[in-house]
Amino acid sequence: MVATARAPSHRRWRGYAALGVAAAAAVVALLMWGLTPLVVLLGAVTVLVSAPLLAARASMSRPSRREWKTWLFADGVRTVDRRAALRLFGVAAIFGSVTQLIPKMVEKVLVQGQTPPDPGDLPLRARTRQWTMIIDLRRCDGCQSIGLPPQCTTACIEGHFTPEPMEWIEVYEHELPGDGTRFVPTPCQQCQNPPCVNVCPVGATFSAPEGPVLIDQDRCIGCRICMAACPYDRRFFNWGDPPVPPEALLADYDLELQVPARKGTVMKCDFCPDMVRSGTLPYCIQGCPHRAIYYGDLEEDLATNGRELVSVSRFLANNDAFRLKEELGTQPRVFYIPGHGEDVGRDPTTTGFLPIRWPWKSFAEGSATWSR
Amino acid sequence: MSPWQKRLEEATLEPARTTTRDYYLVVGVLLAVIAWALFAYFVQLRDGLVVTGMRDRISWGLYITMFVFFIGISHAGTLISAILRVANATWRTPVTRMAEFITAVALMTGALFVIVDLGRPDRFLNVLIHGRWQSPIVWDVVAVTTYLTASLLYLYLPMIPDLAFFRDRLTGKVPRWKSGLYRILAINWRGTDTQKRQLHSSIAIMMILIIPIAVSVHTVVSWIFAMTLREAWNSAIFGFFFVAGAIFSGIATLIIMMALLRRVYRLEEFITVKHFQYLGFLMAAMAGVMLYANISEYVTAGFKLEEGAEFIFRQLFVAEFAPYFWFYLIAGLIVPIVLLFIPRMRTVGGIVFAAVLVDLAMWVERYFIVVTGLRAPLLPYEPANYAPTWVEWSITAGGFAFFALLVTVFVKIFPIMAVFEMVEEQEEQAAERLAIASESALPGEAIT
Repeated sequence: MVATARAPSHRRWRGYAALGVAAAAAVVALLMWGLTPLVVLLGAVTVLVSAPLLAARASMSRPSRREWKTWLFADGVRTVDRRAALRLFGVAAIFGSVTQLIPKMVEKVLVQGQTPPDPGDLPLRARTRQWTMIIDLRRCDGCQSIGLPPQCTTACIEGHFTPEPMEWIEVYEHELPGDGTRFVPTPCQQCQNPPCVNVCPVGATFSAPEGPVLIDQDRCIGCRICMAACPYDRRFFNWGDPPVPPEALLADYDLELQVPARKGTVMKCDFCPDMVRSGTLPYCIQGCPHRAIYYGDLEEDLATNGRELVSVSRFLANNDAFRLKEELGTQPRVFYIPGHGEDVGRDPTTTGFLPIRWPWKSFAEGSATWSR
Repeated sequence: MSPWQKRLEEATLEPARTTTRDYYLVVGVLLAVIAWALFAYFVQLRDGLVVTGMRDRISWGLYITMFVFFIGISHAGTLISAILRVANATWRTPVTRMAEFITAVALMTGALFVIVDLGRPDRFLNVLIHGRWQSPIVWDVVAVTTYLTASLLYLYLPMIPDLAFFRDRLTGKVPRWKSGLYRILAINWRGTDTQKRQLHSSIAIMMILIIPIAVSVHTVVSWIFAMTLREAWNSAIFGFFFVAGAIFSGIATLIIMMALLRRVYRLEEFITVKHFQYLGFLMAAMAGVMLYANISEYVTAGFKLEEGAEFIFRQLFVAEFAPYFWFYLIAGLIVPIVLLFIPRMRTVGGIVFAAVLVDLAMWVERYFIVVTGLRAPLLPYEPANYAPTWVEWSITAGGFAFFALLVTVFVKIFPIMAVFEMVEEQEEQAAERLAIASESALPGEAIT
């Protein structure tokens, strides 16, 4: 290629540098404003469009290495005169401020999209509750003794109009070492480090200040990455128009109720924040005939199953409580007391429970249902 | 002008000048497939994703497979045009244009499938309005759109002189919209020294820029999987593995496309057996890389066999997915290497056969990576099964037809080979030969 000799043009390069600093400042401002993905898109497009043009310009007036040096060190002499010193200070200042900004930007990025609802909207309390659930497996027999399907699931379905085939609290039969099984009612674990919240592209699912992980079905785009991310299989998708009774269809949508269910969005157990606010216990606890489920506040260190009141920390410690898949680091808010229904007279070798039923199909004829 | 250059120019002008009945036939068939796919998508929009085979436990299927596969295919252009350009491998020049077509078109197809997979495509813009940096999906949107912008630019820049060539030679001989298009897109290219210099440096910048972009794209595609708490996807090698697979399947697609276009538009003189052999060797080398990645992946997990790993190995190696897995491993990775080892098999037919095997295997690989990862039960329940429905198959077929249609139409409108660059390189080589000749000549003797 033909090399073109042109007059030193460090002034022009200084112009570019100033332009670059201005652009960086604009980007930082926009980042703070919260429009990050847009900025990246615009930035990428700008860089890609301008790079060839700049390159073309540069090729016509490509400064030699010597000229680059003159930009930093006056006249290409490696002695630091006053102007060069000022330039160096300037570069150092830009560099320093950028390095100062990076941690702030990282912090901004980490909390972005997880902004909890406006505190003004929440009922005034002395302190923020930290809801928790303790499930005493010693008292769970999968409702074998009363000859009904698991009543926690049934009550949840009826209370939440949960579309078929969703079981927001689902009873799983875990095999015990040796012989027999135990029943493990499994609601959403309401993780304190929720993988589903971490992967959501639009912030439709978020950790509420009081602990529950909620979903805004008006924002959810239905990409289902949260379902891939959840290690507890606790997220459910509205594959079709879900069957729900007419009263659910008429309700005003509320993300704490998840009613009415919306096609193409994800749903799950929400820890009944509306119920506890009004002073009642979640449906599953009310439905449990053996009072195996406790609901409480980690902050106040109290929990109740509707009959007894226990100190959360004492109760967990005294009974060797565990959490599901503790090794994953999700830090669930749901604790289990090991057992296999022995307190309600179940033998571990009596396996199986009756199938769950959803009553909605008879109310909403012609609606779609699907299998898990 | 040498006779070679004349033939080259004629061969490149030919597709834009004449249209055969077969062309309309191909376009018609492809449009019919796309129309059928659109009907299937309409059904899906009306009834929801319930019309697919996906359910809560296996919640991704063919659509995500197609997304991963097509974004992978798009790495053909980057490899041929950017990496080989950086390596100064001049043999690649006649096939660059085709590779860059594939890149742009495959990206568009792949990106479409993300939308197709959404439960609420009407809210897709939420990704921009409410986008969160932490989400791998947002990384993907950013990476794929950046890559699409870059590859369109990179397709366009080297094409400017060829578009000017079309403008100069075809005005008056083709419909007015076409010559108008060439005039606008050629942005007043006159072939002056300044223009050439600007073009060369712009291309040089883009070729460096596009390599990290391409690598990042398939890395973040893999991170959609690797960022979840699933045993089968919990792998640090996933990004590299996906990028290698992307280049691998990209080369295979390019070989198939080259063979088709060469045959249809009679480009035998310019796209020779040598090109197939070189690309075939590259493909075999990538097969080796893939084999190595697979061994690394499966030996480290399979030796320890942590909880949950046994199920994954069983379904992949001996049970439900074993036919897919062994097809991928043997027909997709080992057979192509063996074929390229046998000199007698290094014909166009033999290499295209290997490429078809590779593409099939890579598609199957994307499929079983998605499905086996989701199928492993997380709690004590019976593993779910996934069988795609007619809707999914139709839209998948529509995706392939869309890809083929775009390539067909692109090739009809735009120069199929990089004439400008080929001629330039030919001249350079001639000059070099002249220089060598002059060096070996007797001192004092002048060469004219």
